[in-house]
Amino acid sequence: MHNKSVAELSRELESGKISSVELTQQFLDRLKQEDGKYNSFITISDEQALAEAKSADEMRSAGKATVWTGVPFAHKDIFCTNGVRTSCGSKMLENFVPPYDATVTEKFKAAGAVCLGKTNMDEFAMGSSNESSFFGAVTNPWGLSNGEKRVPGGSSGGSAAAVAARLVPAATGTDTGGSIRQPAALCSITGLKPTYGRVSRYGMIAFASSLDQGGPMARSAEDAALMMNVMAGFDPKDSTCIDRDVPDYTATLNEPLKGLRIGLPKEYFSDQLSPTMEAQVRNAVREYEKLGATVKDVSLPNANLAIAAYYVIAPAEASANLSRFDGVRYGYRCADPKDLMDMYTRTRAEGFGSEVKRRILVGSYALSAGYFDAYYLKAQKVRRLIQQDFINAFKEVDVLMSPVTPSPAFIQGEKTTDPVSMYLEDVFTIAINLAGIPAMSVPAGFVDGLPVGLQIIGDYFSEARLLNAAHQFQQVTDWHQREPQ
Amino acid sequence: MSISRADIEKVAVLARIKVDGEQVSALEKDLGNILDLVDQLSAADTDSVEPMAHPLDAVQRLRPDVVTETNQRQAFQSIAPATEDGLYLVPKVIE
Repeated sequence: MHNKSVAELSRELESGKISSVELTQQFLDRLKQEDGKYNSFITISDEQALAEAKSADEMRSAGKATVWTGVPFAHKDIFCTNGVRTSCGSKMLENFVPPYDATVTEKFKAAGAVCLGKTNMDEFAMGSSNESSFFGAVTNPWGLSNGEKRVPGGSSGGSAAAVAARLVPAATGTDTGGSIRQPAALCSITGLKPTYGRVSRYGMIAFASSLDQGGPMARSAEDAALMMNVMAGFDPKDSTCIDRDVPDYTATLNEPLKGLRIGLPKEYFSDQLSPTMEAQVRNAVREYEKLGATVKDVSLPNANLAIAAYYVIAPAEASANLSRFDGVRYGYRCADPKDLMDMYTRTRAEGFGSEVKRRILVGSYALSAGYFDAYYLKAQKVRRLIQQDFINAFKEVDVLMSPVTPSPAFIQGEKTTDPVSMYLEDVFTIAINLAGIPAMSVPAGFVDGLPVGLQIIGDYFSEARLLNAAHQFQQVTDWHQREPQ
Repeated sequence: MSISRADIEKVAVLARIKVDGEQVSALEKDLGNILDLVDQLSAADTDSVEPMAHPLDAVQRLRPDVVTETNQRQAFQSIAPATEDGLYLVPKVIE
């Protein structure tokens, strides 16, 4: 059963061959047996999962089943789950049990899906390797057979590793600068970062509020579409959510791609990209040509400014968002504070890890008196230039294609001593968050046995078209079906 | 661009994060490298460009002024580090 897709599991449950309680128990048993190798989960919530499975079976007997009813999945440990610990990968929230559900959590519950637990992640979603988690690094299932412990990418590395290792058929993720797409690419799964405002951020612990967006991580575009059907939609509780109709994302998966205009941004095929990776990405583009697409080179002239703009905007917003962790209302508090200032400063020094502290300090610096215009305001202006590049490109083409990462999954510990080298991991993904447009990562081959991702970037609210393009590619390739040994 | 020890100590106070001497040295290097990376921005010509806050330039919505949430003080305070009589406890602020 663990090898079946969401769509297949849904049909098994529908046919009555297996109940959700049986299915859930099978997945829980396998998860506990296997996850020691990967550390992809922070919390396995057996009790709640089995209770949800029981309700799902009842929902089905009452004739109220949806596609998701009784199907197991997992949430990134950034989505608040009422009664189940939500740590965000941090000591600060090591014992935090939210008294409410995120909107995304609520929607999966309403659909009858069964959440097996919470997946590991970089602390507060800050990282590209899942090594900054308080609960330990996650190991990529790919490369393990050679005895190598490679990173799964981050920050949604637990979700990516769990889906790749077939521990769950699908999991939620969040993407602020590449945190769905980069781990999806390094673990050979399918991930989608939706348009900013398409999925509610309510109850999704905030990192950089103008960039954060939740999205699906699954084994195929079809399953990602099924997840989007649950996740997308307006939410009055998120003040930046967009009130706009949600299509059925599965309805257009089979549209032919004849005439699809693909642009290749020349800045994303630069010398930062390893030649073997480039060959795989270009092979994938050739598959699209066979499917009737046309290809041309385009330019995103301000692409080289994206990392710099991001590392002002994201830390600045993080420093404001993370000011809520003060040891007063919930979360960690230091022992024996001697006064209020001591309590704040030690609680935050002890509760946050080093990468989180670095970003809070950079952000506080960029926002401090005398520096605001030079840093934050300047970065917001550059952000508009970057957005304008994409708007111009989409006047000529329907989608853009590029690599997701400059190189395949690296060995654990390789980049932890130099924060800036880690930041460059996101060189091809970060501009998409600044512009707020949607983009996917789709499995597109291997280099030395390690996965390569193809990034498909679309205009605002073009998620259905991206999923269609990914699904058609997955009808003529089998990269997404390959399993780590 | 470099950042001085004094700047780091000042910003750590603003951010309410305690840092010791050894950490300041490490931060001097790391933050200096990050600010070097960020300095590329100064080369961009942004004279006539409007800053961008929301990708779709959405503005804050208003809602009717009605009560929609119920009081859940007990549930919320059950996860607090220290409370008493419905109040959050912190170290003494006023002598």
